[in-house]
Amino acid sequence: MAHFTKATSVKDWLNQRLAIEKVEKVMASEYWIPKNINFLWAMGMVLAITFALLLVSGIFLLMYYQPHVDHAFYSVNFTIMRDVGYGWLWRHVHGVAASVVFLVIYIHMFTGIYYGSYKKGREMIWISGMLLFVTFSAEAFSGYMLPWGQMSYWAGMVITNIFSLGGLHMDGLVEWIRGDYVPAQAFLTRFFMLHVLLLPLAIMGLIGLHFATLRIPHVNNQDGEEIDFEKESKKYLAGDKAGSKVMRFANDFMSKDMMVVGIYLIFFFYLVFFQYEFALDPVNFDPADGLKTPAHIYPEWYFLWSYEILRPFSVNIGLMAFGFAQVIFMLLPFLDRSPNAIPASRRGAFGVWFWLLLIDMIVLTAMGKLPPAGIFSTIGLVAALAFIVLWIALPFITKNEKKA
Amino acid sequence: MKNKEPLIFIIVVAFTLLTYWLVEPFAHSQMHKHVESEKFAYADLPAVTKTGVAATGKELVTGAAACTGCHAITKDGLPAAMDAVTAAGTYGVNPPDLSNAGALYDAKFLSDLIKNPAHALKVEHKFDAAKGKMHPMTPFAGAGGEIDQEVADIVAYLQSIAVKPEEVTPKMAFENACGRCHAVGYEKWTQIGEKPAFKFQKESLAFDIKVLEYQESLTKYMGKLPPDLSMYIRSRGEHFISTFIENPQAHLEGTAMPRVGVTAHTAEKVIEYLEDAGDTKRAERTATGKNVMIFIVIFAIFALLWKKQVWRDLH
Ligand code: HEC
Ligand code: HEC
Ligand code: HEM
Repeated sequence: MAHFTKATSVKDWLNQRLAIEKVEKVMASEYWIPKNINFLWAMGMVLAITFALLLVSGIFLLMYYQPHVDHAFYSVNFTIMRDVGYGWLWRHVHGVAASVVFLVIYIHMFTGIYYGSYKKGREMIWISGMLLFVTFSAEAFSGYMLPWGQMSYWAGMVITNIFSLGGLHMDGLVEWIRGDYVPAQAFLTRFFMLHVLLLPLAIMGLIGLHFATLRIPHVNNQDGEEIDFEKESKKYLAGDKAGSKVMRFANDFMSKDMMVVGIYLIFFFYLVFFQYEFALDPVNFDPADGLKTPAHIYPEWYFLWSYEILRPFSVNIGLMAFGFAQVIFMLLPFLDRSPNAIPASRRGAFGVWFWLLLIDMIVLTAMGKLPPAGIFSTIGLVAALAFIVLWIALPFITKNEKKA
Repeated sequence: MKNKEPLIFIIVVAFTLLTYWLVEPFAHSQMHKHVESEKFAYADLPAVTKTGVAATGKELVTGAAACTGCHAITKDGLPAAMDAVTAAGTYGVNPPDLSNAGALYDAKFLSDLIKNPAHALKVEHKFDAAKGKMHPMTPFAGAGGEIDQEVADIVAYLQSIAVKPEEVTPKMAFENACGRCHAVGYEKWTQIGEKPAFKFQKESLAFDIKVLEYQESLTKYMGKLPPDLSMYIRSRGEHFISTFIENPQAHLEGTAMPRVGVTAHTAEKVIEYLEDAGDTKRAERTATGKNVMIFIVIFAIFALLWKKQVWRDLH
């Protein structure tokens, strides 16, 4: 057993038992961050804060929400929105955060792609990030079912139906997921469980994993510079703060994180109070009605690009393209054959590839919402094909990339 | 090296706004038919040329025109001939109490309604006298004098007993103009009136049965049960509802919902009623919103100052 002495202070008492000073060093003050990074590296913290907002507001909503097909809509739109003091605030915070979190995730992902932060030892950061993306998507989808409005019901119907389409023909699987032939009580209860228990647990575990994967490779920097963290941190600790290429996570980078978080929260709360409709779709304020199909059924904006990859093709090809879109981002570290972990602007063809992919996904997003008719369905088809071609081309264009 | 952050920030904001514009304003402009407001002018109806005399109007309403055979005018001590459920059984819907009709409805609309209900209400696709399909409200064919004068007298009477137009309340506007067809559960409103808090379950159930009976007649009359409007202010929005009540046919061609013929002011009050039902906390939201914004801006300023202080030694 370890040797314990009489504590001289509370801190000392804890230190002997939990090594809090050591932990503090490892996690914060001697967790070294390169100095040449910009505000895009604060997006991870912005995501963590947004997740905290989701968790807290979700806990408050959970106190009044009723997962029953006859009461869910009422418990959300009457009890929470009217009866409970500031219930509306929690709902707006939760709804807006659920939408904005995806905006930030996309910014975070494209930052990673732009700076090549998924290779040279950072593959696991990327993979754990993609696992977070997948679980977040499932979390958002399951949450969208809960108010049991028209869009909950019909989006639930259309998306679960995907498995029964074309050559897949897995009607049994669809029924198994729904627990019924159509979305009904069993469906609502299980998505409720997923949304408030299993998926949040998985997300918290994955955030832990994501942070752990950052430890050894450290975060990348905006110049693609290889930094000797050992040497630079010694310089810092010896007092040459200005000359060192690295800084402490806390308080050095954290103060910048907080500055970005402050600016982000101004934007976030503006949306919560004054511009919330994009996140709380009007159609979902009509109660679920299995006999009345809404004129337009579309998923939330952050799923539109992958929905549009499914739509313009014949059923079987559409399903294959959709499956492709779901896994392809995960494989990015292995499809990029270039050894250069530097900004896309210095990588020639890859730089073009990056901007094309970004623009293509925005086009897909827009077409995914518009009715699939006339010019829009043609644009959608072209954009979906372009998406597939871009990814197939990636290994070839990166293989020929000159070593920087 | 030069600071790239402003440029990066501009790029991030530009792509975000572009995506927002595409999936929200642009997509919605493509998905929904845009209907301009007609400013409740009822330009398709003939102008009123005669000045009515209220006293003559009163005689007509209870006499030759027989309005009170179907409608109550409780304000003038004229009760309904039947209770709401029986009336719905007879006419399909309970004819509204006319006490404040003079203030709620547009005068041009009222004049046309009295002479030709199906025309004013824009339900001629459902009711065509030539095909033997009569509107349940019988048109007034005149009492022997000049019909336009008589109509003007009736309208003058209705206006003389009504509250002043500016005294129309949200509740009054909704219950009179929409309440006979639409329930608003969140305000306890049913088609036969507000559901009281009953002491015994038996009484409560008896009330519910009456509502169901009423709804049965109404469904038969309309072809479908008009929806509960509790959350419609959030699901449809103010512009849609306002232009919809102005002319339902402009949005849903062939719909059974009549053009109700309210004035612009009454329409505003109807909207206010629906906001109270489905967007109850809007005032609190704006007020809280302002305070939170002030708080967050102060937080951001402190965060900025802290960062500046910490980073002074790093350069
Ligand atoms: C045979 C019965 C009957 C008679 C007589 C009758 N009404 Fe009506 N009235 C109705 C019914 C039924 C409605 C409801 C129609 C509907 O909502 O589709 C109605 C509706 C109305 C409305 C509301 C219209 C709207 O826009 O919502 C007004 C105002 C009105 N009547 C005025 C009169 C006046 C004035 C007279 C006398 C000149 C009159 N009615 C005579 C049956 C009658
Ligand atoms: C005589 C009965 C009647 C009256 C009075 C009436 N409505 Fe309706 N309303 C209907 C019917 C029937 C429908 C269903 C229309 C359809 O789906 O074709 C409807 C539908 C609606 C809708 C939904 C339209 C949609 O997008 O599906 C709204 C909103 C509405 N009414 C508002 C009002 C308001 C506000 C008033 C009062 C100013 C009013 N109604 C008065 C019968 C009525
Ligand atoms: C809510 C979910 C997420 C949280 C809370 C989160 C959090 C973080 C944090 C705190 C960092 C370090 C600081 C930074 O570089 O921003 C980071 C880095 C990173 N994240 Fe995430 N992240 C999430 C989702 C994702 C997703 C979906 C991806 C993409 C697949 C991803 C990929 C990365 C990569 C590649 C890095 C390393 C950046 C670098 O080395 O420069 N993350 N994340």
